[in-house]
Amino acid sequence: MPTPIPPLAVTAHTATSAAGSGLAALAQALRERRSGLRSNDFTATPLPCWIGRVDGLEQAPVPAEFAGLDCRNNRLAWAGLNQDGFLDAARTLVERHGSDRVAVVLGTSTGSIGATEQAYRELKPDGGFARAYRNFLLHSPHSLTAFVQRVLGTTGPACTVATACSSSAKVFAQAERLIRLGWADAAVVGGVDTLCGSVLFGFNALQLVSDEPCRPFDADRRGISIGEAAGFALLERAAAAPGAPRLLGWGESSDAHHMSSPHPQGLGARLAIADALARAGLDAAAVDYINLHGTATLANDAMEAAVVAELFAPSARASSTKGWTGHTLGAAGIVEAVISLIALEQGFVPGTLNSAQPDPACGPQLALDNEDRAPQVALSSSFGFGGNNAVLVFGQGGRA
Amino acid sequence: MSAVALRVLGVGVYAPGLPDWPTAAAALRGGHQPDTTTLPRPSPPLLPAAERRRAPETVLYAAQAAAEACAQAGLDPAVLPCIFASAQGDIAINDYMCATLASAPLELSPTKFHNSVHNAAVGYWSIATGCRAASTAISAWTSNFGNGLLEAALQAADCAAPVLLSVYDTAAVGALQSVIPFDCGFAAALVLAPDAPDGRGARLRLQPAAAQAIAGEPEADWACALRRRNASADALLLLQALAGAQPACVDIAAGPDFLLAAEVRP
Repeated sequence: MPTPIPPLAVTAHTATSAAGSGLAALAQALRERRSGLRSNDFTATPLPCWIGRVDGLEQAPVPAEFAGLDCRNNRLAWAGLNQDGFLDAARTLVERHGSDRVAVVLGTSTGSIGATEQAYRELKPDGGFARAYRNFLLHSPHSLTAFVQRVLGTTGPACTVATACSSSAKVFAQAERLIRLGWADAAVVGGVDTLCGSVLFGFNALQLVSDEPCRPFDADRRGISIGEAAGFALLERAAAAPGAPRLLGWGESSDAHHMSSPHPQGLGARLAIADALARAGLDAAAVDYINLHGTATLANDAMEAAVVAELFAPSARASSTKGWTGHTLGAAGIVEAVISLIALEQGFVPGTLNSAQPDPACGPQLALDNEDRAPQVALSSSFGFGGNNAVLVFGQGGRA
Repeated sequence: MSAVALRVLGVGVYAPGLPDWPTAAAALRGGHQPDTTTLPRPSPPLLPAAERRRAPETVLYAAQAAAEACAQAGLDPAVLPCIFASAQGDIAINDYMCATLASAPLELSPTKFHNSVHNAAVGYWSIATGCRAASTAISAWTSNFGNGLLEAALQAADCAAPVLLSVYDTAAVGALQSVIPFDCGFAAALVLAPDAPDGRGARLRLQPAAAQAIAGEPEADWACALRRRNASADALLLLQALAGAQPACVDIAAGPDFLLAAEVRP
């Protein structure tokens, strides 16, 4: 078992998704139980499903000096950076610590593959890419992190984590190591994923997409609704901000089971939860709120329901918020970290939207309705393809 | 204060003219000029036979080098946290996905889709080896090797135990050849452990390079040429130091204006 780590301060955070741009809009949508999902109007080839689409990106290119990296994913990154004063806070952090001492660690599943898809629809007669798509970096998974690094002007560690749906949870772990081991004094973490043909038609091919808005943990759930989102957070040593919420722990594991379905007994999930709690120096009984991965696939929710029912206190509240945002894939980790921080800071627990009849495997922890509570410790789970698991533990500021 | 002291317990290589680490080490010591014109499809011993036939090329390259490094280290891959790093991921699968989406999106293969994730290689590896430790799949584009090396070093320091790093990229295919200049596959793997007085293997010490440092180049022309053909061949600079009999210091690109100073003591 890992030993406890010094908590880090989360000194800024923000999220932009179909459920709203910025913290206030997201919190309001959560409180009003207003879903961001809509009937699919994204794909040229009709695909009957529901999506979490962020409005306005088509008319909002990135600033001209970054035009070589303009694409839907980096547009959403730019939109997300400009919420909640995050960009100013990040630039201030870079000025304070120095450009080489602020790490940038971001997660994405498909990055700017939407631009690559578009290039294939507009190939030149010789079969090559048209001039507008000739930027090599635009077609790398690292496009997102390179874009954000250029915006912030950092020259320290900068890494893209691309482990499918756990990507932007794992960035907290990697950044925490960089800070604790002395390679950075602070970090910009987060993730961005956008709607694209690859994920919409890919999950459709796997028969994992619901034809109705997703209903996590409902006995009659029919699969996922895919969404897009950007989210970011700043991590600093705890002394920098005694009152800020804390990253208390993280856990990472692998299922060693299957490429596209979780271990049925949740072996990997259990390992990641145990490691995250050990790093936080907490028992499972200390967790008051669990933001579940809760994709609304049959396999994920059955596994996760059983794990949560067994491990956590009956009084803990657990919910999946994907009914608001859709499954934002590589951005899910950061979006749900931000929702966990909203729960800690605003003293309420979001329920599970669209779901009425819980799967019998669910324990008493599953919250369907919103509840006014004041959680002290929140845990967020992310489980990705390839059996890639990450779990984060957050706590109130002011803890020892 | 931030220097990381490590031991290199195992090395693996699979690249044109460099089918394994002993051959690569001999060539990097100046023993012979490898024929870097061809390379057979890898057939990594730790993958099940069915996967060896049908798995995407990135999986095969990553696993080939990883298996060799684990064997040399004498460690069970099931217990090693895995850091898999690739600048581009599986280019052939991306080509298939984008071409199919442009012509017949509803005919997309579900298997190709789940193989398209950047962590497909580490996913297949962890399944084949029964590894439930942490695994990650990262990219830092053309600074992919140095970035992966740093992440692996910090994971080894964090867990105070050996970890596996595999760095790989494959040749560009299809329309992506017009933007991605890779024309051959390349994979290198290291098993890294925290340094210990009674440890085995070459010592490797990493720290941030001085502000004005510029990335080094391997000595041999053929090695420099490979670097231009595949971003992951950046590994050759460190591999040359590991192949040598004398202590060596090399500066390795880990990002824009960010380099690692690597000190190797055999």
